[in-house]
Amino acid sequence: MTTLYNNARLLDPASGLDTMGALLVHEGKIVKVSEKVFVDLLQVDADIVDCKERCLAPGLVDMRVQMREPGNEHIETMYSAQKAAVAGGITTFAPLPNTNPIIDDVSLLEFVQRRALEIGLANVHPYAAITKGLRGSEITEFGMLADSGAVAFTDAKYSVSNSLVMRRALSYASIFKRTIVQHPEDPYLASKGSANEGEIATRLGLSGIPSIAEVIMVERDLRLVELTGNSYHAAHLSTAAAIEAIRQAKKRGLPVTCETAPPYFALNEDAIIGYRTFARLSPPLRSEQDRLAVVAGLADGTIDAIASDHDPHDHNRKDVPFSQAVSGAVGLETLLPISLELVHTKAMKLIDLLHRLTVAPARILGLPYGTLKLGGDADLVIFDLNRIDKVTPERFASKSRNTPFDKRPIEGRVWRTVYRGNVVYDVEK
Amino acid sequence: MLILAIIKYDLMIKVISQNSIIPSDHNHQVYPYHHLLGIDGLTRVDIDYLLNRSEWFVEHNRQMDKKCTSLQGRTIINLFFESSTRTRTSFELASKRLGSDVINMSVESSSIKKGESLIDTAMTLNAMHPDVLIVRHPESGEVQLLSEKVKCSVINAGDGSHEHPTQALLDALTIRRRKGYLEGLEVAICGDITHSRVARSNIYLLLIMGARVRLVAPPTLLPSKIERMGVEIHHNMKSGIAGCDIIMMLRLQKERTRGSFVPSAREYFRYFGLDTKKLKTAKPNALIMHPGPMNRGVEIDSLVADDIKRSLIREQVEMGVAVRMAVLDLLISNQAKI
Repeated sequence: MTTLYNNARLLDPASGLDTMGALLVHEGKIVKVSEKVFVDLLQVDADIVDCKERCLAPGLVDMRVQMREPGNEHIETMYSAQKAAVAGGITTFAPLPNTNPIIDDVSLLEFVQRRALEIGLANVHPYAAITKGLRGSEITEFGMLADSGAVAFTDAKYSVSNSLVMRRALSYASIFKRTIVQHPEDPYLASKGSANEGEIATRLGLSGIPSIAEVIMVERDLRLVELTGNSYHAAHLSTAAAIEAIRQAKKRGLPVTCETAPPYFALNEDAIIGYRTFARLSPPLRSEQDRLAVVAGLADGTIDAIASDHDPHDHNRKDVPFSQAVSGAVGLETLLPISLELVHTKAMKLIDLLHRLTVAPARILGLPYGTLKLGGDADLVIFDLNRIDKVTPERFASKSRNTPFDKRPIEGRVWRTVYRGNVVYDVEK
Repeated sequence: MLILAIIKYDLMIKVISQNSIIPSDHNHQVYPYHHLLGIDGLTRVDIDYLLNRSEWFVEHNRQMDKKCTSLQGRTIINLFFESSTRTRTSFELASKRLGSDVINMSVESSSIKKGESLIDTAMTLNAMHPDVLIVRHPESGEVQLLSEKVKCSVINAGDGSHEHPTQALLDALTIRRRKGYLEGLEVAICGDITHSRVARSNIYLLLIMGARVRLVAPPTLLPSKIERMGVEIHHNMKSGIAGCDIIMMLRLQKERTRGSFVPSAREYFRYFGLDTKKLKTAKPNALIMHPGPMNRGVEIDSLVADDIKRSLIREQVEMGVAVRMAVLDLLISNQAKI
């Protein structure tokens, strides 16, 4: 089967390509990237899709997604997560190990991969836990887990706070060429906190998580990276200080990367006013200065990637007092449109933004996706850059609706998502 | 100012109608709400109005016959998720004096399956058609959440470290009756500000009314960026209360000596407890308040607490009933307006 995606604005962040043209897909692979739009279509022996000048980019790679299968299938299943991912233009994602049971064992890792293949709408490359049971004390079987497909190691929403355990995790992971992904937050400074420490938390009578809780953990980890030489990734950075610490570490040549998530550049702590539990996140939404630092970090490349930080919850966990509510927000279906705000506000060029959403996270995880290279899988997203819409949780494919972006006006919408040459999402269907 | 207050008060007595227990509301824009969830967001006019209405009940409560019938046939539920004796009793008494039926529900927080059953409790109560729910809860924001789920009026009787509006109103009434006014007063609030809803409600109210507020506490008991609320910060008791008209002491909960907020009760008393020696730096006629229950010898010395010339602590309790009657009466009459 051959398909020609004609009359598209081709964007390949890996090569910097940004031109009107056409893309030819044969048997699920990209076989031709043409910098010319085909005019004489009768000469083409293929199904022709007229993209009508929409943007065509590699399918997004989302390096931080929480799933609830196994354990809490009423909140999210592998099927609903994949449906939501492709509705958001994501064709590859990496689920975190904080399911129930926790993915800290080869058989559980294989279960996740098997479920992912059964559904087969997107590439799923799961993380495995750094420590058994995410308890932060004993490391898991990195070698066997890596051989079974663990894309990297992380303790999900927990920090590995014990310095000795972190040191050993980083040293030991280096044999298997796997990155250690940290949720950087000093658990003692953050204890019992539910909002960013500052005026808003004080007024609302909520105990705060100080922004230094993030940078203290990042700076400690950077010392351990220097000592062990293993690659390290700081997840969902939210503070100016932590971003600056990564900036300096990169200047020193350390093998470190980091990512952020849309809430941290599109919202600030004001979003929790009125005890809006959907805006309770971990790390918490920070001050406006921190938000601006996240935007600046994305623009100058200090922040390598943007992930959805998808964290679905049902009403029972959110319709409770703020300090008892679990943290987290769904994000698969808002990742692209909220990120596009950075382009519309001229903070970033489209090609650079797509770099943070495709090839950059793929490279951090050592995956071959996120490009339009010849012979590669035809994993594509085609989107309207300027289509006006608003965030409508009722339309989400995800089983959960906990988004802090409810009713937010957005500009940009996914038109079609293609996975290995097959259309897996079509907004018109 | 004092004279003005007296004139206002006289005027009020005159406009009392026979069937409505309180002066009729001539200005429908003043305090039109169905709930009292906090002081934040209220205006000076709202607060004056509530205090003026409370004044009437102060006199009423000093009569032999304290019963009135303005809330006859109404059902009020005291829903307390946290132990309380004085606030609950005060609300209960206020409700009964207005002629309503009161039910007390104390829910031990240990037996609440967090959140889920709380909403269920609210829905259950809602189905019983109460007119007012008076709620205390250990979590900030909980009372607001509950008010969104029920159809009746909701009064916040204290939510976590957020607000305790009737306490701030009764404190303001106590001060106003002694001093005649609030504007321009120097008020020091001393003690555990971080965990205190009383402090937050009082800060809001006093600043709205034009008083100046200082907070005196060790940095470990001051929440971050509290100065942005418009208050002055002091870490030394003597300089903190120097020249003050009013000193509000807050309770130091015993468990704060664990968890490195303060090292011990005796050290706290030495540096932050109010005793006669430290009190000397305040104005000679400075008045002392405490929301209760007091920890004698921890935040306040008995000699100071029991000094009838300076301590307003017993008067605060009296004002509590009057303020709560005024609030209940107003919310019910606002319900009738729609």
